[in-house]
Amino acid sequence: MNSYAQKRGFLATLWDYLTTVDHKKIAILYLVAGGFFFVLGGIEALLIRVQLAVPNNDFMSADMFNQVMTMHGTTMIFLAAMPLLFALMNAVLPLQIGARDVAFPFINALGFWLFLFGGIFLNLSWFLGGAPDAGWTSYASLSLASEGKRIDFYTLGLQISGFGTLMAGINFIVTIINMRTTGMTYMRMPMFTWTTFVACSLILFAFPPLTISIFFLIFDRLFGAQFFNVDMGGNTIIWEHLFWIFGHPEVYILVLPAFGIFSEVISTFSRKRLFGYASMVFATVLIGFLGFMVWAHHMFTTGLGPIANAIFAVATMAIAVPTGIKIFNWLLTMWGGSIKLTTPMLYAVAFIPSFVIGGVTGIMNAASVADYQYHDTYFVVGHFHYVILGGVVFAVLAGLHFYWPKMFGTMLNETLGKITFWLFLIGFHLTFFVQHFLGLMGMPRRTFTFLEGQGLETGNYISSIGSVLMAVASVILVINIIITSVKNKKVGNDPWGDGRTLEWSISSPPPYYNFKQLPLVRSIDAYWHEKMEGRKEMPPAEPLGDIHMPNPSFIPFMISFGLFIAAFGAMYRPDYSWGLPVLIGGLVITFGSMLVRSLKDDLGTYIKKEELDDDKGVKA
Amino acid sequence: MQIQEKMTFETWPAVPEKETLEGRNKFLGFWLFLGGETVLFATLFATYLALKDKVPGPDHPLAQDLYSMPLVFVMTMLLLTSSLTSVYAIYHMKNFNFKKMRFWFIITVLLGLGFLGCEIYEFNHYVHDYNHTFSSSAFGSAFYTLVGFHGAHVIFGLCWITALVVRNWRRGLSLYNAPKFYVASLYWHFIDVVWVFIFSVVYLMGMVG
Ligand SMILES: [Cu+2]
Repeated sequence: MNSYAQKRGFLATLWDYLTTVDHKKIAILYLVAGGFFFVLGGIEALLIRVQLAVPNNDFMSADMFNQVMTMHGTTMIFLAAMPLLFALMNAVLPLQIGARDVAFPFINALGFWLFLFGGIFLNLSWFLGGAPDAGWTSYASLSLASEGKRIDFYTLGLQISGFGTLMAGINFIVTIINMRTTGMTYMRMPMFTWTTFVACSLILFAFPPLTISIFFLIFDRLFGAQFFNVDMGGNTIIWEHLFWIFGHPEVYILVLPAFGIFSEVISTFSRKRLFGYASMVFATVLIGFLGFMVWAHHMFTTGLGPIANAIFAVATMAIAVPTGIKIFNWLLTMWGGSIKLTTPMLYAVAFIPSFVIGGVTGIMNAASVADYQYHDTYFVVGHFHYVILGGVVFAVLAGLHFYWPKMFGTMLNETLGKITFWLFLIGFHLTFFVQHFLGLMGMPRRTFTFLEGQGLETGNYISSIGSVLMAVASVILVINIIITSVKNKKVGNDPWGDGRTLEWSISSPPPYYNFKQLPLVRSIDAYWHEKMEGRKEMPPAEPLGDIHMPNPSFIPFMISFGLFIAAFGAMYRPDYSWGLPVLIGGLVITFGSMLVRSLKDDLGTYIKKEELDDDKGVKA
Repeated sequence: MQIQEKMTFETWPAVPEKETLEGRNKFLGFWLFLGGETVLFATLFATYLALKDKVPGPDHPLAQDLYSMPLVFVMTMLLLTSSLTSVYAIYHMKNFNFKKMRFWFIITVLLGLGFLGCEIYEFNHYVHDYNHTFSSSAFGSAFYTLVGFHGAHVIFGLCWITALVVRNWRRGLSLYNAPKFYVASLYWHFIDVVWVFIFSVVYLMGMVG
């Protein structure tokens, strides 16, 4: 373990990350990969806005636009938003519950590599005959009609990364249930832990329908099945149902952790306990539960009939109640608090009105009768960007600034952070607010251009300008990150000075075993409680002893790599004779690696007490 | 209790699969995984019911024309019995009797292989005697996907149990491998429960019409 102190070569570091099972390093991997895909999806968004900046634009062909628009949505949801949230979860969740590690370090790593290989596979489509072009929802009637391999990149890529998400979800649920330290009862868990818990339960139950529906599409397109072929008795509505049974909970999978981050940020920088903690927990669970009952609100115009539409409309509106509870709790947390407007807090404050706008237009969409007007127009585009950007992306940015010191031991520059914030906020509202009105004026969603003289020019032009502001904001964020990393000015345990939860009681970044002695939790906001009692450190829950750590492993990489190879085989099997052997070869790599994992004993290693004492000397 | 410790009948705990933290994590994680698997199969069942008897023309066989009770009954009995024998195996695992556990797991695998043989015969029969294939109709796709997914689970379960038994053939029981055996047997029970639903929803309901 002394090698940690030594200077390492590039290859050694690379190998370290390829085989790591440490949740803090996996967090960095998720952050880098998710950040990369976020930039990619952002560039695609800019291309969309360039094309739509002026009427009758020929910047892109309609075919190209379909690819860019599809990849923007797919990338942002599956490859940017979720991994970035997983980055924050990995970085802080085990620390928040006072754990040395996640429940399944190996599976945690596997989840990351599956996601990455799936994402790479999906994006290789750009170089191998064109990207998916049937929208991120990939409705079967469109996707079966799409020529070439485009949709196969979508199905196989998402299938691989979807397995990864499922692994990550199970890992976090077990971590939260089994790995909490002494005194960390359920009702003392930080809100971010709670929301992650519920979001991961949603992953567990929402991803299997997606897995199956994607299998149907793979089978239909590549293996001659007839699920969606109406001539052979198939039914394309099945795809719509299954996709949205996944798709709606997906919104909460994204937004619940975002709520959790904001709860932490607001409570920290109001220097007050979160108002209505118990009702927050209740609301989170209720949102998670109701999230499964509303999928057909995406299908009001499909023709399910007035009774089904009415039921799903009412159920959808019901979700406004727990969400409203949360909004008021955040407001009342700030009420009377001693507020510090740091960068994360700015995002949190701006999130509340932005998200409320998204919620209100959501209720408008939920009114099934009115939805016939809004459906597939820019009104919907405006609505869900207010929810996803105003909720999730704001939260990721807030969380990034907030937890940066805990992840890297340095503080991002506050001035640059605030400039990023204001540019992003203004750009965001400029881009999407007008889109509601464009939609009401009849501009259809996913259209590649529009005509002059229909009143759509000004709105689209404003929208495109706004997107540029967000791009500039992102560039400043990157500059901020570079400057901070170059300066490399290390900070202490609790750099914000107002940390409330366990992660702030240990060094930044934490040692690889997190806690030398597991902390004893005696209250909600455990670290704040000890500080109020005049202590500087958490009381220990155990005597100093040897610490058990898992071994690094290259097998997660190999399992994922095997599926990546198999996906190419499956895709080219109908056209080339080498397809089948490659498919089988890839599966052999995957299952062979799993077999090795099962048969090779992996007992982990122990860090001796004495080494821990050494560490303390170094850290102090 | 340490995971590497050499165990004896006296020191063997009452719930060996949950004695270590790794074991408890595995136990809970696997139950959650089975929860996800349940949704997976629920989705397949829903699709099967939606596409049952949805065929392109009147000359394509329907569920009523295909299924035969004797064969499905034999398959059900084989799988139910294998579930029972895996219970015996776990019973002996809890009593630190490795040899008997090994014996009952081998019986479980043999019964599972018998089931698999019947299933292969069944699919072959439908394809060659009825032209009911994966591609012949939406009904065919839904049928083979649902039952085939279950069959793939059986294959995976057989390979898993076999691998565990072979790997630990001479090593006996420890707190390290006890959770592995336990979880594999849970998986086997899950496969059995899914089959009970396939038996009722696909075959019984299919024969009634
Ligand atoms: Cu929805």
